[in-house]
Amino acid sequence: MLELQGITQIFGGVTALNDVSFSIRADEITGVIGPNGAGKTTLFNIVTGIYQQTSGRVIFEGQDISGIPAERLASLGMVRTFQNIELFGKMTVLENVMVGLHSRSSSGLFACSFKMPWALKEERRIREEALQWLEFVGIADLADVTAANLPFGRGRMLEIARAMACKPRMMLMDEPAAGLNSQETVGLAELIRKIRELGVTVVLVEHDMELVMDICDRIVVLNLGQKLAEGTPREIQDNPEVIAAYLGDDD
Amino acid sequence: MKRELLKYSIFAVCVLLAPLAFLDSYLLNVLVFVGIHTMLAVALNLLLGYAGQISLGHAAFFGLGAYLSGVLTTTYGWNPWFTMLVAAIVVGGLAFMIGFPILKLKGHYLAMATLGLGIIIFIVFNEWVEVTSGPSGFSGIPNLQLGQLIFDSDLKNYYLVWCFVLGCVLLSVNLANSRIGRALRAIHDAEVAARVVGVNARLLKVQIFALSAMISAIAGSLYAHVMTFIAPPSFGFNISVELLTMVVIGGLGSIYGSFLGALLLTLLPEFLRFMHDYDIVFYGGLLMVMTIFMPGGLVQGIPDLFRKLVGLRKGKGDSHA
Repeated sequence: MLELQGITQIFGGVTALNDVSFSIRADEITGVIGPNGAGKTTLFNIVTGIYQQTSGRVIFEGQDISGIPAERLASLGMVRTFQNIELFGKMTVLENVMVGLHSRSSSGLFACSFKMPWALKEERRIREEALQWLEFVGIADLADVTAANLPFGRGRMLEIARAMACKPRMMLMDEPAAGLNSQETVGLAELIRKIRELGVTVVLVEHDMELVMDICDRIVVLNLGQKLAEGTPREIQDNPEVIAAYLGDDD
Repeated sequence: MKRELLKYSIFAVCVLLAPLAFLDSYLLNVLVFVGIHTMLAVALNLLLGYAGQISLGHAAFFGLGAYLSGVLTTTYGWNPWFTMLVAAIVVGGLAFMIGFPILKLKGHYLAMATLGLGIIIFIVFNEWVEVTSGPSGFSGIPNLQLGQLIFDSDLKNYYLVWCFVLGCVLLSVNLANSRIGRALRAIHDAEVAARVVGVNARLLKVQIFALSAMISAIAGSLYAHVMTFIAPPSFGFNISVELLTMVVIGGLGSIYGSFLGALLLTLLPEFLRFMHDYDIVFYGGLLMVMTIFMPGGLVQGIPDLFRKLVGLRKGKGDSHA
């Protein structure tokens, strides 16, 4: 479904990613792990069109998406969440999700100003569907709260609801469990499984090993900008190189 | 939705009845300009308050509308209504084309670029003497006419201008509460996040810049026909700053706030006549006080102040009891 071919990213003189290649299969939950500075977030930023890689190609559903700007990826079916939750703070929770439906609605400047019947109909559909997504993540009761006032955990749920409102086929999550307490993390794991059941392929960068080992079908390990290993959670746990990278080498 | 309709109805009724209080008064004439300024402030607010993009050159679009209407109707005898439409489309199209390169800039750089645009167009008004009559101003512009009705008195002009204002406010409120308004506010709050969920930030910014310029151009056309005389100083840098002040004082991202800002800043000079040239000191002070104590503008600040006063009284009552 998603194929990375020889991705290299050089910032100034620093090589953040060096010839990284792997592929992600449809309908699986894939975890990308690695020590700090391994290049995980950089990789996400390249895949989602925020950075332009120095070399290499990103193929999404058979189409080369290298260099396609972020806003077009949403309509191609790829969406992401951020490590430090990026909400529209001054807007309500419901409005945040309604923005997620932007790419799946089309009323223009004039139809909206003149309240054309089709624009009003579309607006109703946007509102209803946004509410459904809030119910899906379990924060429908907070619909009218200003997003900036949400507790961190709820903000994370909102960000996921907003991303799901784009009806993606692939969702990339950058450290979704960061800042969540253990109870919230359990809820998150359940939610990610529910998302997969809807036919969405999930890729997550994560430091919470318990979560990763629990929900991921496959894991890719990055270290110092290079791919170190790839396999099922069990294979990764038993891989001596991975253990060395995480715990330090004896030699 | 119902609340929006109620607010708008109250606003419309006040606007339509206001002249009864000021018949035969020179204030009626001032209120005509409040209307034109309201259109300009609403236009700038769409760009600044919703999309979060600054423009220090909006007086130029106002001036282009005024000069296009003035010159085409007076020198070339075009129909004024048709010319108004042409001016809006031409200015909107121009802003659309300029918007693509200029709106790539952010913050101070965008302010500088729009400032430059305003100055260039101001120089054209001043120096292209064969067409604009230059610094001495362009006169003899006909009043607008609708059948037998000629808009040549303050009262008639009041209703002419305020009909446009009511239309402009209604459309802007609709737009602000639509998917477009939401997307604009999203860009303002977190641009990268908005793009990731599929909002084409660049195109939307350019579209709203063009729409804002179009509304300003229509205000310019009205101004030309109401005044029958236009001169470059009415479209200079200080006017752009005045518009910005109206939007900030009224409240960023509030359409009715823009009306309050326009009302305050258009009426004040009439009461500050005695201060002669020192009134600018008053504006500066006002802007400082406002940004410190009412950062949300009048539209948020007044209810807040009211709540505080009520709270204060209640607090005192409690301590006595």
